[in-house]
Amino acid sequence: MTIQHRIKRGVSLYSYQYETFLRKMSLDDCIAHAAGLGARGIEVVSEQSFTGFPNVPDEQIAGWFASLDRHGAYAQCHDMFMDIKLYKDRRLNFDEMVASLERDLHFARRIGCPTVRIIVNTPPEVVVACVPLAEKLDIRMGIEVHSPFHFDHPWILRYTEITRATGSNHVGYVPDMGMYIKHYPPVFRDRFLRMGATPKIVEFILQAHEARVLPDYVIMDVRKLGGNPVDLQMAETLRHNIWSNPRRMLEFMPWIFHIHAKFYEIDETGKEPAIPYDEIIPVLIEGGYDGHLSSEYEGQRHIEDAFEVDGREQVRRQQEMFKRLLGEMAGQQI
Amino acid sequence: MYDKHIIYPDSLRNDGDAGWRVGVRLPYYRGQVLSAVEDIALTVDGEKVPRADVRFTVRGKTWTLDQLETTYDERWEFGEVADVSVRRPGGLAPGQHTVTAAVQLRISYLPWSPVTSCTTELSVA
Repeated sequence: MTIQHRIKRGVSLYSYQYETFLRKMSLDDCIAHAAGLGARGIEVVSEQSFTGFPNVPDEQIAGWFASLDRHGAYAQCHDMFMDIKLYKDRRLNFDEMVASLERDLHFARRIGCPTVRIIVNTPPEVVVACVPLAEKLDIRMGIEVHSPFHFDHPWILRYTEITRATGSNHVGYVPDMGMYIKHYPPVFRDRFLRMGATPKIVEFILQAHEARVLPDYVIMDVRKLGGNPVDLQMAETLRHNIWSNPRRMLEFMPWIFHIHAKFYEIDETGKEPAIPYDEIIPVLIEGGYDGHLSSEYEGQRHIEDAFEVDGREQVRRQQEMFKRLLGEMAGQQI
Repeated sequence: MYDKHIIYPDSLRNDGDAGWRVGVRLPYYRGQVLSAVEDIALTVDGEKVPRADVRFTVRGKTWTLDQLETTYDERWEFGEVADVSVRRPGGLAPGQHTVTAAVQLRISYLPWSPVTSCTTELSVA
């Protein structure tokens, strides 16, 4: 039988950031590449892909829609930021934060995105205050549940309590799959080795990660072992490379609007060595997830010192993996 | 992030007799409001450039580094090459120079302000 599901594929243009930064890919190139892989739902870091935010010139917006049309793609998610520290001497106050998020909701509508990624530092009360506008504009706001946060982290538990009390189906989650680091990412390991980490201590940290030792204990152990500053830096990354249980998404599935399919590397065998998509995607299918798997390549920053970055090839490999796990390959039977 | 690309290739120029300038890109994946730029620390051939001598220009507008901190309506866009100039009578001697640019940004969701440093050899005519 074939796999029954309603999961759609997409790409966050974040994946092509290196090529975009170096002006090797235009916005149109990015959209063309994603759509060419059948990943038609486009997610955009608007402050990366457009200029003058939030007052992006009309011609850029027209170009965005023209590219989407030309390549058979569509706008899916706008990634919003909250400049809480806009002023050096004080944080934004509540009203300023609400105004900032409302600005992003209007911008998402302007570029045709039905979903907004809410950055995790946004206080839940601010999100709740924007529910009426989100409903009016019919935009779904999803907080990015991003490592080191996870669904059972106190910050996210509080978000859940406060947002669910609204009863609104326009407020929920955009989980980032970087909270499912089952194995320590090889691109991190190799970069620390290039920077001068001690091979024996690197091995110790990898084993501690596999054994799920509390990061604070590993850091203390590395100090006792006489670790150098790079060893300690590597040990500290354990705090941000957490493993949690993908099945926890099941409880939240009605309010999961979009998924950041974070990856650090797809190797030549077509697998993400750190993040187990072959465990994650069956959970999404089981839960009836009907949104997008949005490729989010984040390996560039870990390899740029030594290797050529190729966002296109990495996205292509991840999308191939998705096709396989979603049963889209020609004649595929499960 | 983008560490080795922060200083734009072949961008070192003398500015008449007034000083010198170099192209600098934002070390971040998202364009920033100028108030988030806490510092652009330059050194040339090991010598620190005083902060007060640095000017930052994008799209024809120029600010001191202190002025950037209270500029909320202009941005340093993603991948945009800013013209960073230094007031130094006589400029730099012709030939090779080692230039370092260390850009410090206040990122709202990080509890620290990351500094990205780029050092490169550049020549000036």
